[in-house]
Amino acid sequence: MKFAVPVFPGSNCDHDMVNALRDVLQVEADLVPAATTTTLDQYDAVILPGGFSYGDYLRSGAIARFAPVMTAIKAMAAAGKPVVGICNGFQILTEAGLLPGALQANRRGQFICQTSELIVKNTSTQFTSAYEPDAHIQLPIAHGEGNYYCDDDTLAELRANHQILFEYAANPNGSVANIAGIMNRQGNVLGMMPHPERAVEALLGSTDGLGLFQSLIARQTQEVAHA
Amino acid sequence: MLKNQTLSANELRDQKVYRDWGLTDDEYQLISEKVLGRLPNYTEAGLFSGMWSEHCSYKNSKPVLKKFWTQGEQVLEGPGEGAGIIDIGDGQAVVFKAESHNHPSAVEPYEGAATGVGGIIRDIFSMGARPIALLDSLRFGEPDDAHTKYLISQVVAGIGGYGNCIGIPTVGGDTVFDASYQKNPLVNAMCVGILDQADIQKGQATGIGNSVIYVGAKTGRDGINGASFASAEFNDAKATQRSAVQVGDPFMEKLLMEACLEVIHEHRDVLIGIQDMGAAGLVSSSAEMASKAGSGLELNLDLVPQRESGMTPFELMLSESQERMLLCVKAGAEAEIYAVFEKYGLDAVKIGEVTEGHQYQLFHHGQLVADVPVDALATKAPVYQRDKKRPSRLTKQSHHQFMPRLVDATGTLKKMLQQPTIASKKSLYETYDSQVQTNTVVKPGSDAGVIRIRHTDKALAMTTDVNGRYLYLNPRIGGEIAVAEAARNIIASGGVPLGITDCLNYGNPEKPEQFYDLDESAQGIARACQLFNTPVISGNVSLNNESNGEAIYPTPMIGMVGLIKHQRDITTQDFKQAGDGVYVLGTTGADFNGSEIQKMLTGQVSGELFDFDLVTEHQNQRLLLRAIQKGLVASAHDVSEGGLIVAIAESCFDHDLGVTLTSDLSATDFFAETQSRFVVSVKPAQQVAFEELMGTAATYLGQTTTDDRLWIKTADQAFDLPVSFAKQLWEEALPCRLK
Repeated sequence: MKFAVPVFPGSNCDHDMVNALRDVLQVEADLVPAATTTTLDQYDAVILPGGFSYGDYLRSGAIARFAPVMTAIKAMAAAGKPVVGICNGFQILTEAGLLPGALQANRRGQFICQTSELIVKNTSTQFTSAYEPDAHIQLPIAHGEGNYYCDDDTLAELRANHQILFEYAANPNGSVANIAGIMNRQGNVLGMMPHPERAVEALLGSTDGLGLFQSLIARQTQEVAHA
Repeated sequence: MLKNQTLSANELRDQKVYRDWGLTDDEYQLISEKVLGRLPNYTEAGLFSGMWSEHCSYKNSKPVLKKFWTQGEQVLEGPGEGAGIIDIGDGQAVVFKAESHNHPSAVEPYEGAATGVGGIIRDIFSMGARPIALLDSLRFGEPDDAHTKYLISQVVAGIGGYGNCIGIPTVGGDTVFDASYQKNPLVNAMCVGILDQADIQKGQATGIGNSVIYVGAKTGRDGINGASFASAEFNDAKATQRSAVQVGDPFMEKLLMEACLEVIHEHRDVLIGIQDMGAAGLVSSSAEMASKAGSGLELNLDLVPQRESGMTPFELMLSESQERMLLCVKAGAEAEIYAVFEKYGLDAVKIGEVTEGHQYQLFHHGQLVADVPVDALATKAPVYQRDKKRPSRLTKQSHHQFMPRLVDATGTLKKMLQQPTIASKKSLYETYDSQVQTNTVVKPGSDAGVIRIRHTDKALAMTTDVNGRYLYLNPRIGGEIAVAEAARNIIASGGVPLGITDCLNYGNPEKPEQFYDLDESAQGIARACQLFNTPVISGNVSLNNESNGEAIYPTPMIGMVGLIKHQRDITTQDFKQAGDGVYVLGTTGADFNGSEIQKMLTGQVSGELFDFDLVTEHQNQRLLLRAIQKGLVASAHDVSEGGLIVAIAESCFDHDLGVTLTSDLSATDFFAETQSRFVVSVKPAQQVAFEELMGTAATYLGQTTTDDRLWIKTADQAFDLPVSFAKQLWEEALPCRLK
């Protein structure tokens, strides 16, 4: 399985993601420049990393959504391939309209870096199948604008379609309905504020992020077997 | 400051405008009569004012800095370059340096702190290293008045705003509150980087005809002559000095860092030298690069990328606009270098070249606007041997050792845990990304931050420390203790101390009593460094930290890095499980002068500082390190401010464990700040081996428990309270005070 990790100017978790994929999960992963990449056809999945794309001096992700690579990412999403946005990646996916809702400044107005307890709400997805239903997992968060907002109708829809994959056990940022991560209706685009790539080695405190990557890799292996 | 830019050399002399830039009459005379043999023009006088400021020339502190221990076989690069470098084996090296941004942070706290972080990062990557960690050592007044609260919130936001965006984890530091720093807050930022020894760079410009290339952000009118500003004393009459503070752009620096590291790694054959444009901007970087190489230099200022129109040579040369670097590149290889920067959307422009001889020549609109010897700027600043006089606060010092009277041990502990300096700093450091780069093994909150070195079994421990109160009572011993405490934090984390960087924060060195503090403490630092084999490899000096004649406590911040040879040795301060034995390593004396409890109970620190023995300190440290390396230690915590009781309480908090302990000491003794001690916990199976190794050095106190109770029976009273309650007081005190 081969992952693409787009590097926007200002991305800063790009290497962390590739290191997790290559060194720990032993899969192929390439860093691809957001400004010059226009196709991702050769990849099985794309993960938009965390950071401060283009400085994020405007709304987070508001400029990144115009980067050339976004056309390729939208094509991947339309083709049903997995598209994942972590932290700034999640912000970009909402700005690009690939996921509903928006991410606002944290309730207390400050950046927060801490380990967050999450509840895995839906394990019947290609992103979460390796987790036990309602599993409590520990993932780091590190963001200033992670306060997820959507209107009541959207929330009702997210709930009805089981699109909420991760909830905070203790809401750190003011997110609507404790939402930490959601997927699209089709089930192939995931956005989440917590950092699974920071939780793949026991030495660094938690391996609870492994499940997400393992789910994706297992799904891909199955598909290859079916084909 | 910027008016009258058209003054002639004669007018400059007659109106003594150079005084506003920090040059003294004697210095001006020296330049006119000895260095140039003629009157300097406006631009030239400006160049000298920047380069001869304390910040760039160390003219007041050089005789003191010479006393530092800078040797050691591990040192690959000592003080003098952008940052020092230490060998860590396997062809790798660690690079680190700290820098103060006190004055800018006092007038414009967000940008002052942010650009302090930005500047120290550039020092690290200009050496060829990738920055892997940041630490911040902060000193504020008591967090009670509105202005101090404003300073704290903005400084912390500025540090986070820069470090979080650029993607370098902030893994440690220290924050202390004391009225001494009310008008002169200290903001000292430290950066640590790692490199392959083959990539080590120098800030030099050699080879006649080679190109001087300017890269990064455009030059504007921010921070003009900031080096002189930072070297001056504050007073209320000069309240508006805001224009001398720079504005930072971490996004720009992220691009600049990646582009520079790409040039260093992939275009090594054509890169001659690289240097940060920091204090005194373009003049300092270019003159230093030429001077180090013994070359001349010629710059065409019309080619300097400019953000504003109509900038004068004076402004262009002394602007401290951020996120700029200067490269020296082989003639003919310019296009190759431009291509790299273009990829990152950055300016890269040839603005001059290395010339024959030793002159520093600037051209502007086709005219020669400055023509001075390179070395005169970079190395010939006068050096002052200041007078030294033992301050009256020391000559009149009482020999009496303060003895607290404790009626209620538990109540005193509760109050102690809520002292701002003792209380948890979580609400501050949680706003910093401490994990980006995914190498952080020990996050902020333990004795030292620990970063693993990828693809090896090694890790680096890092800390910043100094207790200004001890130096106030005895600058020499206080200096020794600052180094000792830093080493204690490294050892408690499982590391071998490698070396130090420092920020020497003091008052006005022209006052003999202030110079005494600087000189004495440097000797204390030097002695301790030699004993611990931790050479000084970099640092900076921040003098004139005075407001209206009142100086801060002498505060030489020590930033130390240690090597953890095996990741299994990484140790943290928190008790790990119930049933472990709790020990105190080291002896406790009735040492209360300068202590947190003296300040808490009397509102001040006074009297002769308690005794301190470096040799005992070193022995205890080595003993603990041996125990850690033998795998006998579950947790280790340095005993510092607040004494044994605070160290024990803090060790309980992370895993919510209780303790049941018994001691021959009195309850009062639990607040003593005797040095050279650790609180250590040991698994039951290893207690025999641990006790055998320790001999009489460690004392068994009792056990950890699953009960929510901190219970210590002392010779007179008992400490008794729920751990959860103690933790709540400790965690909520600071957010509550800062509301």
